[in-house]
Amino acid sequence: MAPFFIEPLVFYALAALLILGALAVVLLPRIIHAALSLVLFFVAIAGVFILLHAEFIAAAQVIIYAGAITVLVLFAVMLTQRSQSPESNPFNSQHIVAVFVAVATFAALLPALLAARGASVPGPDVDLIPAIGAAMLGQWILPFEIASVLLLAALIGAIVIAKEES
Amino acid sequence: MLTIGLSHYLVLSAIVFAIGLYGALGKRNAVVILMSIELMFNAVNVAVVAVGRYQPAPPGGPFNLGGQVFALFVITVAAAEAAVALAIILAIYRTRKTVSIDDLNLMKW
Repeated sequence: MAPFFIEPLVFYALAALLILGALAVVLLPRIIHAALSLVLFFVAIAGVFILLHAEFIAAAQVIIYAGAITVLVLFAVMLTQRSQSPESNPFNSQHIVAVFVAVATFAALLPALLAARGASVPGPDVDLIPAIGAAMLGQWILPFEIASVLLLAALIGAIVIAKEES
Repeated sequence: MLTIGLSHYLVLSAIVFAIGLYGALGKRNAVVILMSIELMFNAVNVAVVAVGRYQPAPPGGPFNLGGQVFALFVITVAAAEAAVALAIILAIYRTRKTVSIDDLNLMKW
């Protein structure tokens, strides 16, 4: 059993990393730095999942996001960059309005989120992976199969859209 | 402050979601907008998994699995979305030689 102060310590460290990574994605002037900050963000999210005892989601997060999607984004950055200008990650003309929209969204969410303070009884700390496997192929078999069709459609669609016209 | 509860995770998720929303609305490069949308997906996943963990177990079983299963489906759909969106960005770049959304106003008014 870990001491009582470990969980808050890990949580606040991960929260700082998350917010730092997210802000770096949005604010860094070079797009390649933003894309690499995305890796930090994804790994910190995986840490939060481990803190929530969702180990399988954490593993999927590292494999799919920190691995696959980062590579995809880096390829898109490489293939669309024409020149290495110092400011490759600029803001558009409406970013002042965007600040207000983002802050207003957060302010609108906050009361509802703080209302959840009473329900602070976490579930049991047990290995849920066998139960998730059984549920995915039992109770949620139909969404599972639809997701596989969606992935196939996305695979074919991405190839067709990105193919060179000849 | 020292016991981490559900609202801690939800507020963290909302902060990251707001940052992602700011990026999605305020950036000019389409690839960065896609990255900001991924930030928002991940923020929502944290909220979903946290709510699932702090829910009481359903009558049928000992644990509430809904949050984790839902997060897995969100990850799946987000991966499909990212692949198709990046293919679209590459197709646009090939025909228009730009990924700046300020120049992509063909369908505006």
